Amino acid sequence: MKRKQVIPAIIAAFFILFPLIVKSDYYQHLVILALMWVVIGGSWNLLAGYTGQVSFGHAVFFGIGAYTAGILTTKVGISAWWGMAFGGFTGALVGLLIGWICFRLRGPYFALATIAAGEIFRLIATNWESLTDGMVGILIIQSFRSKLPYYYLALALAVASIWVFDLVMKSKLGFYFVSIREDQDAAESLGINATLYKNISLLISSFFTGMAGAFYMNYMAFIDPEVVFSLHYISIMAILVGIIGGVATIWGPAVGAFIMIGIQETFRSALFGLAPKWVSQSHVLVFGLLVIFVILFMANGVVGDWPKIKRLFVRNR
Amino acid sequence: MSFFEVKEISKRFGGLMAVGGVSFQVERGEIFGLIGPNGSGKTTIFNLINQYFPLTAGDIFFKDESIKGLKTYKICHLGIGRTFQVVKPLKRMTVLENVVASAFCRVNTFKEAQNLALEMLDFCNLLPDKDKFASSLPIAGRKRLEITRALATKPELLLLDETAAGLNTAELDEAIELIQRIRARGVTIIIVEHIMKVIMTISDRIHAINYGETIAEGTPEEVANDKEVIKAYLGEESYA
Repeated sequence: MKRKQVIPAIIAAFFILFPLIVKSDYYQHLVILALMWVVIGGSWNLLAGYTGQVSFGHAVFFGIGAYTAGILTTKVGISAWWGMAFGGFTGALVGLLIGWICFRLRGPYFALATIAAGEIFRLIATNWESLTDGMVGILIIQSFRSKLPYYYLALALAVASIWVFDLVMKSKLGFYFVSIREDQDAAESLGINATLYKNISLLISSFFTGMAGAFYMNYMAFIDPEVVFSLHYISIMAILVGIIGGVATIWGPAVGAFIMIGIQETFRSALFGLAPKWVSQSHVLVFGLLVIFVILFMANGVVGDWPKIKRLFVRNR
Repeated sequence: MSFFEVKEISKRFGGLMAVGGVSFQVERGEIFGLIGPNGSGKTTIFNLINQYFPLTAGDIFFKDESIKGLKTYKICHLGIGRTFQVVKPLKRMTVLENVVASAFCRVNTFKEAQNLALEMLDFCNLLPDKDKFASSLPIAGRKRLEITRALATKPELLLLDETAAGLNTAELDEAIELIQRIRARGVTIIIVEHIMKVIMTISDRIHAINYGETIAEGTPEEVANDKEVIKAYLGEESYA
């Protein structure tokens, strides 16, 4: 095997064998969350990184996916696993609704509209108590006590999403997305229906984010509007995963997801209990510093600026 | 009816009449020049043709069909390509990727698009630069990329907006030669140009406008000797 095939093979083997070797529920939990963020970060990246339509509202699709799974159990009375089948579609449906309205705006105005959309859906979920049980949230019973099924499901979802994004970016769609990002007027004059293709990008992006939301409901077994529709924990996190890993790269959000979950957990647990308690409150501060650092020194993220990082280490040797 | 016809088109921006009732017809296979002093409305006419701006009045016919009110991308699919005076390369894409993106206008698979793009890059002598980023091209290369991209959408009518501006003498000759080869492929061309050497050499007919209105139309010699045209470019005779 050539070197180019060896590295992916090692990575694949690592992820397949990980939960069989590392038996700790805690570490398995962290990797499951990171894999879920690979899906969300990649979805955000498709829309914002490749198509240039920066979204501050991916919590909408995540929350809709999660609530689809939850409501199927509490109101319809079927398994929340059906949410895995429907969550993507409800997410995409809401994506179309938002796209239909918000794509009349360009650039920063679109971004602002997505913030508003996020808040609107959070308020709907909070106040439509007959459907969502409001702030009480939705509690279901987890199907499995072992983390293994969740782990492999998250892994499959992450792999599927990266595969689809890669396929899309190598096709006509991908070229059209990037053209729209670079210059919408030029794209239109080259025969690209910018509104249509922006909506297609949003559709794919919101579909996968909705799937991730439905997975979250099944896995965590509890959701409330403040968690799944959170600007801070979901929408902003999606942006950070994309930026730190590398905007407009296929592997960037995947790397970014593991970095972000790693940092978040390191600080949330106050350096795994070694540091004083106040450190656990500071992970948001660290995110801020990290973003400043990345923007100043690695504007293309870890993956985008990988050659630069590699050079740094080679020189020091 | 003719291949392409512009009928009494007007465009008003608030109180300013940028184009006021201009009409002309272009025959298939022609190179049709559009000239006029700065700010006379040439680029506005292009923006009206590909529906970047809506018309205030008048109508535009392409192969006997009105294209008034169609979307910009639809105009391209119908077979009208354009280049921009202020070049708009897709900067963070390579030259090849730029042309592949536009080739997808006619084909659906990446392989077909790439083949079409390579063919067009070769035709426009841009093949050696195909792997460079569009942002790294000098101005002559960017202008050429604009043309290549437009050609990759397989237009029947091509609108060239000042593709020779900013080029040196050697590059000008190449540009003239390229435009003539494009016409030889059977593409009809409407060209806006300030450099008289270019427009007088290649145009079959020239339409001159000033302040958004027609002042002359005819062969290059007729237009070059027209009193109104001389006045528009050089001022009143008494100064001479």
